[in-house]
Amino acid sequence: MVAFWILAVVSVAAALGMIFQRKAVYSALLLAVVMLSLAALYAVQDAPFLALVQVIVYTGAVLMLFLFVLMLVGVATVDSLVETLSGQRIWAAVAGLGFAGLLVFGIGNAVFAADAGLAAANGEGNVMGLARLIFNKYVFAFEVTSALLITAALGAMVLAHKERVSPKANQRQLSEQRFKSGEHPGNLPSSGTYARHNAVDMPALLPDGSVAERSLNPVLTARGDTVDRHADLAGESQTEAIAGDVEAVEKTVEEAQK
Amino acid sequence: MSHYLILSALLFSIGAVGVLIRRNAIVVFMCVELMLNATNLAFVSFSKMHGNLDGQVIAFFVMVVAAAEVVVGLAIIMTIFRSRRSSSVDDASLLKY
Amino acid sequence: METHLVAATGLQAYAWLLIALPLAGAAILLLGGRATDKWGHYLATALSGGAFVLGFLMFWQMLGYPGEERARSVHLYQFIKTGSVDVDMGLLLDQLSISFVLLITFVGTLIHVYSIGYMAEDANRRKFFAYLNLFVASMLLLVLADNYLGLFVGWEGVGLASYLLIGFWQHKPTAAVAAKKAFVVNRVGDMGLAIAMMLMFATFGTVSYTGVFGLVENPAVSEGVMTALGLLLLLGACGKSAQLPLQSWLLDAMEGPTPVSALIHAATMVTAGVYLIVRSGVIFEASPTAQLVVAIVGAVTLLAGAIIGCAKDDIKKALAGSTMSQIGYMVLAAGLGPVGYVVAIGHLITHGFFKAGMFLGAGSVMHATEDDVNMRRYGALRKLLPITFGTFFLGYLAIIGVPPFAGFFTKEGIIEAAWDQNVVLGVCAIAGAAITAFYMSRLMFMTFFGEKRWDPDVHPHESPAVMTVPLVILAVGSAGMGAFLMLGGRFESFLEPVTRTPHAEHHLITLNGVVTLVLVAVGVAIAWVKYGARPVPQTAPQGSALTTFARKDLYGDALNESLFMRPGQWLTRLAVFFDNRGVDGLVNGLAALIGGTSGRVRRLQTGYVRSYALSMFLGAGLLVAALLVVRI
Repeated sequence: MVAFWILAVVSVAAALGMIFQRKAVYSALLLAVVMLSLAALYAVQDAPFLALVQVIVYTGAVLMLFLFVLMLVGVATVDSLVETLSGQRIWAAVAGLGFAGLLVFGIGNAVFAADAGLAAANGEGNVMGLARLIFNKYVFAFEVTSALLITAALGAMVLAHKERVSPKANQRQLSEQRFKSGEHPGNLPSSGTYARHNAVDMPALLPDGSVAERSLNPVLTARGDTVDRHADLAGESQTEAIAGDVEAVEKTVEEAQK
Repeated sequence: MSHYLILSALLFSIGAVGVLIRRNAIVVFMCVELMLNATNLAFVSFSKMHGNLDGQVIAFFVMVVAAAEVVVGLAIIMTIFRSRRSSSVDDASLLKY
Repeated sequence: METHLVAATGLQAYAWLLIALPLAGAAILLLGGRATDKWGHYLATALSGGAFVLGFLMFWQMLGYPGEERARSVHLYQFIKTGSVDVDMGLLLDQLSISFVLLITFVGTLIHVYSIGYMAEDANRRKFFAYLNLFVASMLLLVLADNYLGLFVGWEGVGLASYLLIGFWQHKPTAAVAAKKAFVVNRVGDMGLAIAMMLMFATFGTVSYTGVFGLVENPAVSEGVMTALGLLLLLGACGKSAQLPLQSWLLDAMEGPTPVSALIHAATMVTAGVYLIVRSGVIFEASPTAQLVVAIVGAVTLLAGAIIGCAKDDIKKALAGSTMSQIGYMVLAAGLGPVGYVVAIGHLITHGFFKAGMFLGAGSVMHATEDDVNMRRYGALRKLLPITFGTFFLGYLAIIGVPPFAGFFTKEGIIEAAWDQNVVLGVCAIAGAAITAFYMSRLMFMTFFGEKRWDPDVHPHESPAVMTVPLVILAVGSAGMGAFLMLGGRFESFLEPVTRTPHAEHHLITLNGVVTLVLVAVGVAIAWVKYGARPVPQTAPQGSALTTFARKDLYGDALNESLFMRPGQWLTRLAVFFDNRGVDGLVNGLAALIGGTSGRVRRLQTGYVRSYALSMFLGAGLLVAALLVVRI
């Protein structure tokens, strides 16, 4: 009973958190909490097979599928707080509370016999008992579910498949397209080339010593201080700057020889 | 034994309210899953109450069907998202007066 | 009356040919189209003449039988067969119908001949002759049918032909309107006839003459039914014969070509009402009330027509007023019972001759003066149109009743019979004769005497022979027909088996006759003083209230308009209003209600899945609640 109360509180809290959490990923994780709690409750109720299936299939496969799709659709999707349908929230609350109240009232008023317990049914073990039922009494339903699963798999494949409507472009067409677009046709220079050091924020220098802005991440370029970082380039003229550079190199060599 | 059933009812109602108030199709789907899990809890409880395993078998079948449903449902959501760049159920409201 | 009808033998068995010949002519001319333009009018005339020859041969055959056995029937086919109503179509050849056949075909043929000349210039001459043939066929069916339904078919046929011929020059709006008016007014009368037939079916179960007349004396049939029947038949007769109160169409009908006015609106069709009354004599004799009404209608119309005739300057309208008046005489006579039938039919035949002659004469005058109908622009035509004048003058003498011309014998007979029956009717008849003398003399003096008043560029000339020959023949009839028929009771004894006229001594010279002749002389004298001795003004003078009253057709049109047309228009407007607002409003309102409601309910379909889910969830909650309520 202790387990029940703990798990009940946890699962209801997690469920409420799930529906009120704005970020979808948090909702999914809270749903995982609910499912794991339910798995524990199944185990408590003499249903070890279902408990494991719950953990493996639901929490392990289905929820992971959810997370996967969330990743594809965009993790950042956040529900806006503004409800567009007038009265939807109030009526949803009324309906939800009313429905819960009705069910609780109904269950509370029902008279239950004492638990029969599953000791007898699980005599051979829970899995054996279930297997006997599934492969005898419910074998037809079981076969039908297999058909359902195959259909679902096929359906998912058909839905997710994207038909190619135009032929695939070959190398030549791709390169023509690249030049037509007017953008830089080849690879961009990487940062730090010919520069004093090759940090990501250090723009490359072109053979004439000028700064290649495109070698940097646009975000860094937008800060507008790329040229300042080449303070050592700021000489009177190009020769002077090179001479300065040579001097600096010689000085470094001398220090190394000491 | 009615505790389990009441817990099941509460979870079911919470799931239903979630379906009604959330707009993200994936979250709505998760709420549906919550409702299915709530019914599974009730089935398992009834199984224990009646002393046979039929309830557990039904719960098992529910899980299978739910898995199939999730696969197809998520595929549909993906297709919709691909064409409309949105996963809000309110955006798919062209079929009206 | 039980009439034993012997089936016709010999030539008479082919009596249907009488109708078929002109009908075939109409069909050939109408269906043949322009291909028949060249010879169509000769064919039509020949077929009409053929019908006359056939009719005359049948008449000759009839004369070979003894008096009581002269009525012969020709069964043609079963017209209508239902559970309780059987109508056999057959023809009845008896003394009455053969008289009409001879009149119709003879006058009809003459008018066909005349029309060849009169319509020579008209582009649609072929169609005109087709309609004339159609008319002759329908009129023959009308008089030959041995039952009321057959008569009705012919009755409608002549109505149609009349409509087509009045509106023959439909490019003139007046002609089109006149044709429509004639058609509509005739429908009122036709309705009376139709209801009369229904009443016959309901009362006697048959519409054949022998069947109906055989059952009239059945004591089970009340006099009220007979009176209703008589009045309904009279209504039909009034419509067709232009008697009050359905007289208004005849004057307008003069818009048609003159031969049409002569044939249809003077000699034959307008006398169909008289034929109907005489043919249904048995019914009228069973109801003295209906008979009296017939006589009153006749007397009033003969005075009304005469008064209208006095005021008209249009030569054809003056003659039309005269026609109304003369038919009034016939109807008056027919209303007197068997004593009047013979004179009614006799006057009908002589009138057919002299009035047709005078109409054709008027046509000849119009032909000479470039279709001018205003008598105030005639004058002094007797020298230029000698044949027309001569024939017209004979017709004039016949109509005013100068002995020994035709009208004297027959009209005198009517006046005498009316005087014997009822003094008031007799006085009316005598007064009518005096007025007739006045207006006919006025017409004569204005047209043929005095000084010439036509435009200088009009050059009156005598018509071609094809027009004058029929005039001469008709004039001979006008002069001698009365004496031929009436002297020695020849026509009376011929018709006696049909009309059952009691034989009576007739004196040529009676007190009434003398008084009438004196009054006729006075009428002629007044006309001479007013129109012969004095010059006639070109434009009509203002005249007294009585003149205006007569010029306006006794306000018949105004009466019809205010009594029937205006309320009818109001009624239709009311119906249209009710239809628009009431019926349409209901239907449209319902549609708008449903449309509006669905337009609002439609808004529930927001397209938002979550709204639908909410309603589903609320519904599920309600279901759970209901289950709980039931269980607990």
